[in-house]
Amino acid sequence: MTYDLAIIGAGPAGMAAAIAAQGQGLVTIVIDEQPAPGGQIFRGIEGAAAQDRTLGADYAAGATIARNFRASGVEARFGTTLWHLEPDDEDGLCTLSLADAEGTDTLQARRVILATGAQERPVPIPGWQLPGVMTAGAAQIMLKTTGAVPAEPKRTVLAGQGPLLWLLAVQMLRAGAAPALILETRPADRIRENMGLATNAIAAGGAGMLWKGAKLLAEARLAIPIHRATTGLRAEGDQRLRHVAWDGGRFACDLLLLHEGVIPATHVPMAIGLEHAWDAAQRCWRPMTDERGATSHDRIAIAGDGGGIGGWEAAVASGRIVGLDQARRLGRIDEAGFGMAAAPAIAARRRALALRPFLDAVYAPGAAVLCPPDDATIACRCEEVTAGQVRAAARLGATGPNQVKAYLRCGMGACQGRLCGPTVAALIEETRGLPPGTAGLTRPRAPYKPITVGALAGLAE
Amino acid sequence: MFRAQSKAHQETIEVFVEGSAVRVPQGATAAAAVLIAGLFRIRETAVTGAPRLPYCMMGVCFDCLAEIDGVANRQSCMVPVTPGMRINVQHGARQTGAAG
Repeated sequence: MTYDLAIIGAGPAGMAAAIAAQGQGLVTIVIDEQPAPGGQIFRGIEGAAAQDRTLGADYAAGATIARNFRASGVEARFGTTLWHLEPDDEDGLCTLSLADAEGTDTLQARRVILATGAQERPVPIPGWQLPGVMTAGAAQIMLKTTGAVPAEPKRTVLAGQGPLLWLLAVQMLRAGAAPALILETRPADRIRENMGLATNAIAAGGAGMLWKGAKLLAEARLAIPIHRATTGLRAEGDQRLRHVAWDGGRFACDLLLLHEGVIPATHVPMAIGLEHAWDAAQRCWRPMTDERGATSHDRIAIAGDGGGIGGWEAAVASGRIVGLDQARRLGRIDEAGFGMAAAPAIAARRRALALRPFLDAVYAPGAAVLCPPDDATIACRCEEVTAGQVRAAARLGATGPNQVKAYLRCGMGACQGRLCGPTVAALIEETRGLPPGTAGLTRPRAPYKPITVGALAGLAE
Repeated sequence: MFRAQSKAHQETIEVFVEGSAVRVPQGATAAAAVLIAGLFRIRETAVTGAPRLPYCMMGVCFDCLAEIDGVANRQSCMVPVTPGMRINVQHGARQTGAAG
């Protein structure tokens, strides 16, 4: 079966793109690893969590999007992993290699939208590999999919910065499991320094979002002790986390939830060789796209946070714009038709992004997050390679992550460099005196996720 | 390490984490079951044998690799629980020739 359009990812961008494309008559399929639509932001949105008011109004909004997606009748395959994407097959189409519980198979599509979203930025502090150190997003996924909270809130600490950290703190608070302490890493004067960006945001329609954020912060600050401008974070313990320590303090805990913002998930776009650029404002790599999600490959587009972090509302608008543009490229609508259909989404995206420059500046990750100063800190969790080993390899002459991979195996473990990639690149840049974003990223290879030889053999039958 | 709020979910499923029965809400993943069971390791690393627990819970870090129903190297944060599922700690590298 040949589809007009295959969309990878059923988060806000993927769902919106699918509804828009299907609405223009494109034969569309959506593929997602999770058992249900929602992506990470709306994980569990079709389950009991949709009734859990402690998660907040933004999360609840996902239920409507998921319902509209289901009602659109777009074909969807859940529990299905894309493990290879060939954008130039012998038929002049894209071939997608998929794996699910039944085995592996392939399908062809004339065009592909990657709506693979974001991942949390790695927070490589000393001891972050200890059992009991997790991301804030991980704890939020426990809330959304499992209705679970930390068993010992008095021994639970949140550390880092960014909107998600405060949202999680308030969600835990409302669920009766407020963390004992928040160690905020934002430097003291960041907000004052960026008041100009806040003013711009308000002028661009971002006042509502700013107010929402301020209310969230106020709710957390009233109830939870906060240590501000925290530096020197480290997790301590032998076989598991026992303490979190920082410059001037130490606290006994068995769960430490880290967060320093989110970054685009570049794994698949890097693997298929799309051009990427270093985003100096967001301190991360992202695939190069135009305002309609077009990439350096003619048949591949990107929608949502995978093309740069904007949040779920921007992702919905982006999905709609990119979905409509696929219909234009396949001749279902002309340029004028695209302009008419996409105009509301283009305006909505502009509003949704109004606050972003302020957030990017206020919550910019510190140098120690991007590039761990202590040589003993683990950079690559899979292969247990330290920052010091990466620095030594860079001094020996390794110019980029792909060479360091050959020297030290970082990027060859199970995660294929998803988590260590940015840190390894930053360590090389620091050692070699290069500007940020010049050492490149690891080039991932298929299979994008491990599959068994048995499953692969099944493809030949 | 985590506990399921009693009000939050109606349906629960019984699974076995290292042989012990644990009831977890429907919709939970195998990794979530290990966190609710209160284990302090889900795997031991292939390089040094150090204990690990899930870190990201969203399919990125692969620190939640576990043996599920006899199959090693499963990304347990991506595997929804099913009744009677057996989830065991993965010790080091997967043994070649073992099931899976």
